[in-house]
Amino acid sequence: MNLDLMRKLTDARGVSGQEEEAREVILAAIDGHVEDVRVDALGNVLARKPGARGADLPRVLVTAHMDEIGFMLRSIDNDGLLRVYPVGGVDARILPGLRVSVGPAGVPGVFVWKPIHLGREQRTVALDNLRIDIGASDRAGAAAHAKPGDMITFPGEFTTIGDGVVRGKALDNRAGCALLVELLQGDPLPCDLLVAFTTQEEIGLRGASVVVEALQPDLAIVLESTPAHDLPDLAADPDEGIAFNPSTRQGAGPVITVMDTRVIVDPRLLRWLRATADAEGIPHQIKSAHGGGNDAGAIHVAGSGVPTAAISMPARYVHGPAALLRVSDFEHSLALLRAALNSVSPALLAHD
Amino acid sequence: MNALIRKLVEAWGPSGYEHQVRRLIQEEVADLVDDMRVDALGNLICRVGSGGKRVMVSAHMDEIGVMALFAEPQSGYLRFDPIGGLLNSSLAGNRVRFENGATGVIGVYDSFGRGRTSVPALSDFYIDVSDGNGGAVPAGSPAGFWREFETRGTRIIAKSLDDRIGCVVAIEALRKLKREAPNEVHFVFSVQEEVGLRGARTAAYGIDPELGIALDVTATGDELRNRKMAVALGGGAAIKVHDTGLVVPPAIVSWMENCAREHGIPTQRELLSGGRTDASVIQSARAGVPSGCISIPCRFLHTTSETADIRDVQACIDLLHALLSAPIDL
Repeated sequence: MNLDLMRKLTDARGVSGQEEEAREVILAAIDGHVEDVRVDALGNVLARKPGARGADLPRVLVTAHMDEIGFMLRSIDNDGLLRVYPVGGVDARILPGLRVSVGPAGVPGVFVWKPIHLGREQRTVALDNLRIDIGASDRAGAAAHAKPGDMITFPGEFTTIGDGVVRGKALDNRAGCALLVELLQGDPLPCDLLVAFTTQEEIGLRGASVVVEALQPDLAIVLESTPAHDLPDLAADPDEGIAFNPSTRQGAGPVITVMDTRVIVDPRLLRWLRATADAEGIPHQIKSAHGGGNDAGAIHVAGSGVPTAAISMPARYVHGPAALLRVSDFEHSLALLRAALNSVSPALLAHD
Repeated sequence: MNALIRKLVEAWGPSGYEHQVRRLIQEEVADLVDDMRVDALGNLICRVGSGGKRVMVSAHMDEIGVMALFAEPQSGYLRFDPIGGLLNSSLAGNRVRFENGATGVIGVYDSFGRGRTSVPALSDFYIDVSDGNGGAVPAGSPAGFWREFETRGTRIIAKSLDDRIGCVVAIEALRKLKREAPNEVHFVFSVQEEVGLRGARTAAYGIDPELGIALDVTATGDELRNRKMAVALGGGAAIKVHDTGLVVPPAIVSWMENCAREHGIPTQRELLSGGRTDASVIQSARAGVPSGCISIPCRFLHTTSETADIRDVQACIDLLHALLSAPIDL
């Protein structure tokens, strides 16, 4: 893992629809490694990396979404506090007291929160009732620094911690972007690689829904991060032994999707990824909790259809300000991706 | 025809894994079509006839089922997610079948307590796949439900009449057409209908039809204390007027009804308040496609004892054949 790249990508601020900062980091990083780079009408970065063998092999699209969850400034109250809309799946339970960055200049702010001195109220405050305090005395004071429509993100504070773990905001899905960038920066592959860094995944797979029309791939692989909640029941007594938790686990390698709410992965691609991982001795796991969906859901039903698989990195605390990802899971995901692409053959798409 | 029905309804093919059904249909229609291909998502697309209008006829091959998620570490019981709209009230004691033929039995928590009288959540169910010798079904394996085909008078009773009976209607109409049609008709045996009409959407994009016709089962209004609707078992081919995803253009309804009247084919009108078919995604393909649906009335949908009437099936075959045998002017 290129830590400098990962730092730049996760610290870049870019909620769905306002991905400019992340896009600039990506465009700079892939410059010179790809051809036909363009930014399409919805803001997706499209590119092509010609393969050594080219025409006799299927054209493979690899995608990762650039956007992150966050908020958008909705209105300013008389007292100078900001009201927000959620952008994507944010969790109101964790917000009170958290630091945020508001608008293009990253004005510092904090989600309002009633200190414990004033009562031991433990109920979650609904997102509609939460406000952001940027230190303004009144509406005019706040309006000098922030305006409706401004994006609001968690502040980027990328760091490495513990035993080969990186911590940052927006690992969902800048980690996928980093994986794709490192793939593009690496050795040539046999097949033509079509590339899309997509927009607006977190609000309904919108960017990805148009890339097939432009690139016309034969098959696709979506790179993602997926929640790992491989922790014991926190209320349980650890001396009783750790209760079984079937969730995706950190450190157990790339997560291969079988099915989620938006896609049933083509059995041919599933077999291919599992066999490749087995043959190469790459640790991997099958996604065991099938909630949610990702760009694969939009890509596989676009045009006349594209067999699509998803490789995800297990990460803890995604959609929060401090997600954790193991470097080993990143490296194993990259190894699986490269090995799979090196073994693409026309027979892969033969029907059973 | 019952032999074909038995073969198709007993075939294995949960959504996304339709290849066994597709192979059976390919064998069945090989001599009945001008050409056939399998598209990127696995839809089987068979063309017959040329000239006139480009028509897409769609019946889905997939069936509802379950996807094994993981095995409980102590007991080995499989936990699963639904493939399609499972009825929790009909799961316990049912059998599922995996691709390799292994079967499993669905169990439920507190089966003689809460599980007996209330409808449990899906997370209360599990699948026993033990074989007494430590054999196991791996995580990520899909399964379909298992039940044998039966008849009772004119009634046919089976799992997966939804929508293998639609496939039968398409195949038998092809047989009657004898590769002679004044229109360019693309018979699509589609995939992944039960999880959101995914296959028909990409097939329609590829075919770019001028007219769409789905063939699918519909509920009947003659089950006790169920949603009331006009459709009755044995009442003839159901011509769809309206469902959750489609308002059939009146010209298509009239075309179907007039054709049925000319040929003496019994029909009834169908207005369905909960459900969609492939026609709802065909209509929005590319620049838009006027679309209708011929429905086979069916009781006890999404159970392993879906019940239809062979006379209705014959009416649907006759109607589809008659519609496709004449020039289409809409």
